[in-house]
Amino acid sequence: MPRNPQPKFESWGRYPKLEADLVPLHWTTDFPLRHSPTTKILPVGAGRSYGDVCLLEHGTLLKTRGMDRLLHFNPETGVLRCEAGATLAEILDFAVPRGFFLPVTPGTKYVTVGGAIANDIHGKNHHIAGTFGCHVPRFELVRSDGAHFECSPTENADWFSATVGGMGLTGLITWAEVRLRPIVSRKIQYKGTKFVGIDEFVALSKAAAHSEYTIAWIDCIATGNNFARGIFMQGDHSQQPEPLKRSKEPWLMLPLDVPEFALNRFSIGLFNTLYYNRQWSKEKNALVDYEPFFYPLDCLLHWNRMYGKSGLLQFQCVLPWEDGQQMGIIKILKTITASGLASFLAVIKVFGDAPSPGMLSFPMPGITLALDFPIRSDISFDLLHRLADIAQEHSGRMYPAKDARMTAGQFQSFYPQWQSFSRYIDPTFDSAFWQRVTAHG
Amino acid sequence: MAKLPSRVLVLGATSAIAAGVMRPLAEQGARIYLVARNPEKLKAVASDLQTRGAGAVFPHVMDLDDTAAHEAMLTEAAAKLETIDLALIAHGILGAQEQAQADYAAAEAILRTNFLSAVSLITWLANYFESTHQGTLAVISSVAGDRGRKSNYVYGSSKAALNTFLDGVRNRIDRSGVHILTIKPGFVSTPMTAHLPQSALFAHPATVGRGILKAIEKRKDVAYVPPMWAIIMFIIRSVPDSIFKKLNL
Repeated sequence: MPRNPQPKFESWGRYPKLEADLVPLHWTTDFPLRHSPTTKILPVGAGRSYGDVCLLEHGTLLKTRGMDRLLHFNPETGVLRCEAGATLAEILDFAVPRGFFLPVTPGTKYVTVGGAIANDIHGKNHHIAGTFGCHVPRFELVRSDGAHFECSPTENADWFSATVGGMGLTGLITWAEVRLRPIVSRKIQYKGTKFVGIDEFVALSKAAAHSEYTIAWIDCIATGNNFARGIFMQGDHSQQPEPLKRSKEPWLMLPLDVPEFALNRFSIGLFNTLYYNRQWSKEKNALVDYEPFFYPLDCLLHWNRMYGKSGLLQFQCVLPWEDGQQMGIIKILKTITASGLASFLAVIKVFGDAPSPGMLSFPMPGITLALDFPIRSDISFDLLHRLADIAQEHSGRMYPAKDARMTAGQFQSFYPQWQSFSRYIDPTFDSAFWQRVTAHG
Repeated sequence: MAKLPSRVLVLGATSAIAAGVMRPLAEQGARIYLVARNPEKLKAVASDLQTRGAGAVFPHVMDLDDTAAHEAMLTEAAAKLETIDLALIAHGILGAQEQAQADYAAAEAILRTNFLSAVSLITWLANYFESTHQGTLAVISSVAGDRGRKSNYVYGSSKAALNTFLDGVRNRIDRSGVHILTIKPGFVSTPMTAHLPQSALFAHPATVGRGILKAIEKRKDVAYVPPMWAIIMFIIRSVPDSIFKKLNL
């Protein structure tokens, strides 16, 4: 297997920047490699996680995108078997014209199936459908010693639960099955409702629990009477049959890094105010295509260049329900508004009770909050550290796929099962994230 | 727009560029006869095309260097497909230039796979298409055949010979209603180029596949894919030898 000494592989947050060798895999039989590298290895899909779960300094990254074949589809059950490097975009191109849709989708369709399993991703329907791993009946795991495991919730169940949410550390996922769900239209029946405050958000979430998709955008800059204002969005697949065409390819790309001074409290505050006022009335109903509903940013390729070349930091936590007011979430929002660091896209959602299938899966019942920050040296890092502390105080946890800064102590308190998980790690595998959160001292 | 071909023979079916051509055809229900050397990889490709909606797939494992076995395979393909609308020749090796310039045996292996085996296939297919007065013969060549460069002139000359051979075949049978397409891809991200540092010039095989299908529909003679390579190669061909010989290309 030829080696490709390119340093420039970045995660979507473009922070941290770590050098590694890249070895592309094109066939499920390419692994184990014929010439074992002398370094540790880590499989990586589309590189759409934000921090360092898909990075390994001075290591060898196995790029799985070449393994993108669809292997079998059963229209009776909706189960699609495909190689792990296929993206959700490619699955949608295949599935939508046939009247099927993803069971769970994150906010971008440019992730691979392998990555979706390895991070046990979630979407706007978590309160009904659980995580992506809940809809994966089976996959194959190949270890560096050549052992092959077919894993399902009942067969090699321990390998299944270690690998779902296992951040690529347990071996290479070569193929997987995904149970698609039927649709009759591309359209989503959408309803947007303005709210102010976390109590109102919680009330709206409870009232909309029957809606398949719910999410809220929240303004992290506004203070005073406007504190925690936002738009609660809910949607269901339209039941009106209509022709199911495949999506067009996006053509809009952010070609260059935006200079970092362009993103400041003023410009982001203006964006937030405009966004909040994009609907005048308290409530708005519309029939919208699934692309802007699920993937508002996918139409702008390389949108991460918006944050300049130093990149962005993500923060996502989930806090369990609290009796009375959701003090933890309120405290986090107050800390952010007080910091002066602005976030474009803060979203908040209620997670449901469906148990996550992975040992290290992130979702649990409660409220999850996700936001991004430009990197402004120590201010950003200090803020993230304080937010992680609040999450810890309120018995919550943070999402590894969106993290670049949590400490070993924080991770180990969020995921006390990490030691039993570590027995399943392939001895030749490692990641920058894992090194960081298991470091001593 | 002309109708896409529906009975397709692909030689070198595990090539990444071939996948870019075959997937849209499979989605339209094409019947596809697939020839490749590695049975496991061929099985994965066949499953992919079947899943995407191919009317039928006929995988055939063989080493295309074995020219003596070409006729039997081609005859079977024509019988299984009933008639061939499109034959795509996609197999080839890059070889190692340093080895090939040091050792004739290595150079010969490159010429055998990229030129001689293709000549054997084209000879049979050209006569087949000429007798049926229809069909497209599309052959994946390379921009490397446009001018010899020190970094890959053995590979490049195998493709240059192929281009000249195809020019002649086109001149002979275009008048019979047969379309001969010479495809010249630039850098494409495939297993063949995985060891090279990838730059912005590298195209995705799916993009290249769409470009090839467009060239088939438009009945082009020679197609650079992506099209910007026509400009790049025009410039490279225009440099006088007195200067070119001193460049590091």
